[in-house]
Amino acid sequence: MIDLSTSYLGLHLKTPIVASASPLSHHPDVVQRLEEAGVSAVVMYSLFEEQIIRTSLELDYLLTHGSESFAEALNYLPDHGKYSVGPERYIEQIHELKRKVNIPVIGSLNGVSPGGWLHYARLIEEAGADALELNIYAIPTDPNATGADLEQGYVDLVRNMRAEIKIPLSVKLSPYFSSLPNLAWRLMEAGAQGLVLFNRFYQPDFDMDTLSVVPNLQLSTSRDLRLPLRWVALLYGRVPVDLALTSGVHTGQDVIKAMMAGAKVAMMASALLKGNPEQQVRTVMSEIRTWMTDHEYESITQMQGSMAQRSVAEPNAYERANYMKVLGSYKDVGPIIPDVTLQAGMLYPVD
Amino acid sequence: MTSEQITLDGNDAVAKVAYMLSEVVAIYPITPSTPMGESADAFAAAGKPNLWGTVPSVYEMQSEGGAAGALHGAMQTGSLTTTFTASQGLLLMIPNMYKIAGELTPTVFHIAARALAAQGLSIFGDHSDVMSVRGTGFALLASGSVQEAHDLALVAHAATLESRVPFLHFFDGYRTSHEVNKITSLDDETIRAMISDDMVRAHRSRALTPDKPVLRGTAQNPDVYFQARESVNPFYNACPGIVQAAMDRLAGLTGRQYRLFDYSGAPDAERVVVVMGSGGEAVAETAQYLAAQGEKVGVVRVRLYRPFDSAAFIASLPASVRKVAVLDRCKEPGSTGEPLFLDVVSALAESPLSPTVIGGRYGLSSKEFTPAMVKAVFDELTESQPIHRFTIGINDDVTHTSLEYDPTFNIEPSETVRCVFWGLGADGTVGANKSSIKIIGEETDNNAQGYFVYDSKKSGSVTTSHLRFGSQPIRSPYLIGTGEANFVACHQFAFLERVEVLSYARPGGIFLLNSPFGADQIWGQIPSEVRDTIRSKGLRFYVIDATAVAQETGMGNRINTVMQTCFFAISGVLPRDEAIAAIKQSIKKTYGRRGDEVVARNFMAVDKTLENLHEVTVPASDAELSILHMRPAVATGAPAFVHNVLAPMIAGHGDDLPVSKMPFDGTYPTGTAQWEKRNIALEIPVWDEKICIQCGKCSFVCPHAVIRSKVYPPDALVRAPGGFKSVDARFKELPGERYSLQVSPEDCTGCALCVEICPVKDKTQVGRKALNMAEQPPLRVAEVANWDFFLTLPEVDRTKINLGSIKNSQLLQPLFEFSGACSGCGETPYVKLVSQLYGDRAVIANATGCSSIYGGNLPTTPWTVNKDGRGPTWSNSLFEDNAEFGLGMRLSIDKQQEYASELLKQLAVIVGSELVEALLTADQKGEAGIAAQRERVEALKVRLEADLEAEPNAPQAAKVKDLLALADTLVQRSVWIMGGDGWAYDIGYGGLDHVLASGRNVNILVLDTEVYSNTGGQASKSTPLAAVAKFAAKGKGTSKKDLGMIAMAYGSVYVARIAMGYDDVQTLRAIQEAEAYEGVSLIIAYSHCIAHGIDMRKGLDQQKLAVQSGMWTLYRYNPDLIEQGKNPLVIDSKAPSIGTDKYIAGEGRFQMLIHSDPARAESLMAQANTENKAQYLHLEQLAKKSE
Repeated sequence: MIDLSTSYLGLHLKTPIVASASPLSHHPDVVQRLEEAGVSAVVMYSLFEEQIIRTSLELDYLLTHGSESFAEALNYLPDHGKYSVGPERYIEQIHELKRKVNIPVIGSLNGVSPGGWLHYARLIEEAGADALELNIYAIPTDPNATGADLEQGYVDLVRNMRAEIKIPLSVKLSPYFSSLPNLAWRLMEAGAQGLVLFNRFYQPDFDMDTLSVVPNLQLSTSRDLRLPLRWVALLYGRVPVDLALTSGVHTGQDVIKAMMAGAKVAMMASALLKGNPEQQVRTVMSEIRTWMTDHEYESITQMQGSMAQRSVAEPNAYERANYMKVLGSYKDVGPIIPDVTLQAGMLYPVD
Repeated sequence: MTSEQITLDGNDAVAKVAYMLSEVVAIYPITPSTPMGESADAFAAAGKPNLWGTVPSVYEMQSEGGAAGALHGAMQTGSLTTTFTASQGLLLMIPNMYKIAGELTPTVFHIAARALAAQGLSIFGDHSDVMSVRGTGFALLASGSVQEAHDLALVAHAATLESRVPFLHFFDGYRTSHEVNKITSLDDETIRAMISDDMVRAHRSRALTPDKPVLRGTAQNPDVYFQARESVNPFYNACPGIVQAAMDRLAGLTGRQYRLFDYSGAPDAERVVVVMGSGGEAVAETAQYLAAQGEKVGVVRVRLYRPFDSAAFIASLPASVRKVAVLDRCKEPGSTGEPLFLDVVSALAESPLSPTVIGGRYGLSSKEFTPAMVKAVFDELTESQPIHRFTIGINDDVTHTSLEYDPTFNIEPSETVRCVFWGLGADGTVGANKSSIKIIGEETDNNAQGYFVYDSKKSGSVTTSHLRFGSQPIRSPYLIGTGEANFVACHQFAFLERVEVLSYARPGGIFLLNSPFGADQIWGQIPSEVRDTIRSKGLRFYVIDATAVAQETGMGNRINTVMQTCFFAISGVLPRDEAIAAIKQSIKKTYGRRGDEVVARNFMAVDKTLENLHEVTVPASDAELSILHMRPAVATGAPAFVHNVLAPMIAGHGDDLPVSKMPFDGTYPTGTAQWEKRNIALEIPVWDEKICIQCGKCSFVCPHAVIRSKVYPPDALVRAPGGFKSVDARFKELPGERYSLQVSPEDCTGCALCVEICPVKDKTQVGRKALNMAEQPPLRVAEVANWDFFLTLPEVDRTKINLGSIKNSQLLQPLFEFSGACSGCGETPYVKLVSQLYGDRAVIANATGCSSIYGGNLPTTPWTVNKDGRGPTWSNSLFEDNAEFGLGMRLSIDKQQEYASELLKQLAVIVGSELVEALLTADQKGEAGIAAQRERVEALKVRLEADLEAEPNAPQAAKVKDLLALADTLVQRSVWIMGGDGWAYDIGYGGLDHVLASGRNVNILVLDTEVYSNTGGQASKSTPLAAVAKFAAKGKGTSKKDLGMIAMAYGSVYVARIAMGYDDVQTLRAIQEAEAYEGVSLIIAYSHCIAHGIDMRKGLDQQKLAVQSGMWTLYRYNPDLIEQGKNPLVIDSKAPSIGTDKYIAGEGRFQMLIHSDPARAESLMAQANTENKAQYLHLEQLAKKSE
């Protein structure tokens, strides 16, 4: 019997497949079917700081725009007095998901500034979320803002967030940092128990007819797996946090690669959004089982980290990979932090 | 409801009671009663129960007539009912009111009494409407203040049940309906104690029910009708006693005693005024003041006007009375006196008293009625020969009815603090003052009153807020007078040059100014007139750059919170810390439900305010004479009428105009908006002539006709100002000419639709277009000169260009310009286009609504004339009859044309048969044809005049004169019937349908905003599924009525659905086809609207999305095509290509439902998607049918 179970953020999961933050989580019936198909946890779609602020300001604009200008029309829309402009709807959906599925539900908050919105994390916790994923996604445009400033902001945010809640906290990052291991370490110290690699930017495109910048959402493919795979493999064992791999997980082999690189879970979104999500999951599950059977693997835990940088024969294959063939036999494993799992500050055991 | 001190307006005070005591509420919007219906609808939407614990059924009808009919049915089947209306709405209820009263059916109609449309429409308060229904058999109960309106609403409901007489409870529109005052609310127990459940059951027992069938509503014959009519007398005899008993019960419960006729003043008064409504408050406080000084004066305030209890009236008068003046707030032309006067005369005639009685009119259309005027009336009674029929408050220099009064007479206690605030509609001033009044009323022991005055424009409107507070109850139902305000705030710096802001300030008062200049710079930046006033009145002068603080704290242009904080900081009404805490609490209460961010930003604005508020040191004298002066209301060169009559109205001195200045039949010249330079745009478009492709789209969509293009000979540029821009014209019909695009900087509202629609992008910087917004002030002087020059350039020769393209159409002079419509209005571009194409021969019938307000609200009108003096002639009849009104115009014109044609034939010998033939067979389909026919008509006139001169007494002279008078009708007239969806889909639909069926040559333009825009966005049958609107607060649950399809069913009506934001060429084509079609044409035009909750800059984008999502399919149905063997229906837009979600994302009316009831929103929007697709398929099927 193959053991597909894993653990992530202290949660015992039956399989390594987690539904990543996506619009699918709006629909509890879909999540139910995903659970039946083998998804072991679901990350809710993200509650955006900007969206909450924007909604609030928009509503205020609607209720005040044009008001008290003209004797016959002192305003233009009825004021219900009761609106869900904050996280109400989100919280309600967590409740609903918790009622309908048995797998862990992970909340997701997206924001970059310190501020009052942080207490939404507590509301998510109170609603019954089993963990929280903090999705940090900021595009710096100010030439005066240094990388160090930005990173410090992230670290502070995680520290503040950690103070708000007791449930496990993971941080979803972009790959664009000068020294990801250093940042990962500092985030860990600030209270993050997991890192999710990586979030995907919706890169804007140009519409050449209208000469305008348009948002462009492209779903990932398996090719996109390589970037997170490399970083999971690099971070595994270096930073004592649970790693989740997301971006490009489409097949059973992708999941297995993620595990071997050192991920605790592989998160899927694009693959599920292509249509018939539960069938996608069943296919991936079947592929995992087949591969493991064919290759005589007994469990997922057995393979986790087996191809991480510190585990492979050629660790520098992960570093400066494009130059490998050019530089030939040059070997330098570089400073690898010794057994970090023994260091202090761990809230739960890392296996 | 618990008994507590609350601060609210009259409408709200009444709606709370009426709702509590009703089961079926039929509503329809009409100013100024609309907020009562809105409150009832909002209560029901929130599930608020009535006194018996059930939520009333609140239902919007298609008209007030419909509301009365629905209520009649509801009360006949045993329900407790109410409605809210005013003015024309009440008139529409009259037929049912006779029935309801004739059948002795209890109900209460609450009326915010308003003037009736006569020589002009007025939305303001008087008793013309309620006096028009005094014969219906309804009891008429009058309230004079917010507290009374609250209390007597309850008395009315109690008395109707007991008396079986239906009640009309009324109070003065605006003065009471919109005055905010601190009152003691009626608690549930009091209401409970006032209403007899036995009477409710008795009402139910009379209900029509098949279980105990009866027949009601018979037709009666001469033998019995009369007797039957007299059978109700006992009920009317008993009614006053029942009302007084109810008033007494209320007094027992609340301590507030009312009487049918309330006398106050000197016990031995010899001079007494009889009056009704809010004017009674002014008379009462004046009488009290004068009596305290020993004058023998008093007042009888009439509360129950019908049934008129003569005995109670006589009993209310002091025995010492010798002279009586009766004041009516209405006019009955040709009568021996107004209604209340006649009733008083009749009651006195049958009494032992025999005082001299005189009657006067006051306060029509909310004309101010002040203690000074009251004193004049009392003084008149001291005359040995008083004017028996007088007016007060105006200067009647024609028939000399008016009494003189001393405007400086003032009785207000000096401890009352009076504050006047000048604001701009969009800046939140009124909202802030409503909040301040609530804070003062509810956080302090002070009494407080607020009243708010708006100007006649929808964009850039000036508001004034009049706030009073003090330890004594505040009655004063009139504005704060000149030189009386302790505190004056001007929230917009630009007002200083336009209006006499400080006229209200009393000596030693405080002046607060929102200024971009700091305390050390401001003095040199204000007009010398303002400086003089500050100095002469010894005002303390404070400035704050509220706009900067608002920007800094993310409040945008809403300076309300900043200025409110300043007011509390300076006025000292509360200790500063307490005031700040109270403001913050109020912010939390008002904005808390809109999200944390809104509260946070307002808090920040409060916190940032105090550090930016500075007192100005007023210099003893000015070192140098300032060149800054206030601007005249209209430019020099304006015609005499504009200068003498309209300019005072613009300057806020309309009250001073004497009767002789008024056109006595309500006829005003057009072409007047051009003189009212409002300068309201902060930014205006600037033309980049180098990259412009001269497509004309900008002027096509401009709602205010402020951006125009001309093509002209190069030599016309000789006198051009230095900065005037001109390029080679790219018009194939006009080779070798020059082209200019020019903006009128002082008429532009800064809506930026022109920039949004501009298709050109600068290749070096795609964010720039051929039009770009730039700050107005630095451009103003130069662009004014350019605009003035531009106007002198010749207009295009209409006969030389093909009008089928957008760019060519925009060379035509708009004959609709500079309207006061909302900035970025979606209606006016269509109206303007019609004026460009056909304005020189257009006769326009305009339904009441936005278009009649921006089209015809004094002081000025946007309808204008061309160089020949020709232009649209325009009239507004009513809301409900516009289609018939326009049809009548067509019938009349056709008849005159027919008669003129007959005369032509009869006078062929004189005229010449060749000219007769040419005149009768002229092809007038195009501009050239029209021009040729005009020339023929001129030739005809010359011949007729010559004949008349030669043979003035010839037998045919009468016919010659007739033909001369009618000759112009031989040139084709273009009849346009315009109005909004409230008219076309609802209240005017019956008439519209009849006109559709008439086959006559009229063009109907429906400016479809999908709501009653003018009254603030109430749902109409045009409102789409899922949209939130007033009266559809939960999101409209039924689909939009398909007016186009209904019209198409006739087969003979030209029908087009258009949206210029999606396809401007289709819009142009549809209007041209409609005009060309010799029959009824109906154009339904998508008009984005401020009531949609949109960013008005994006109005045209929303139009596009509406079409793309299938919410608004474009088509043309042209019956002429049938004769050509073609399918008359052509679909002009593609099948829905995007989901409705893309469209509704930019529409607040849908977003509000998503925020408040996401599940309902999702389900209704899914339904909308399905229906849109089905509708398109259906149209597609019809369009293909015969091909």
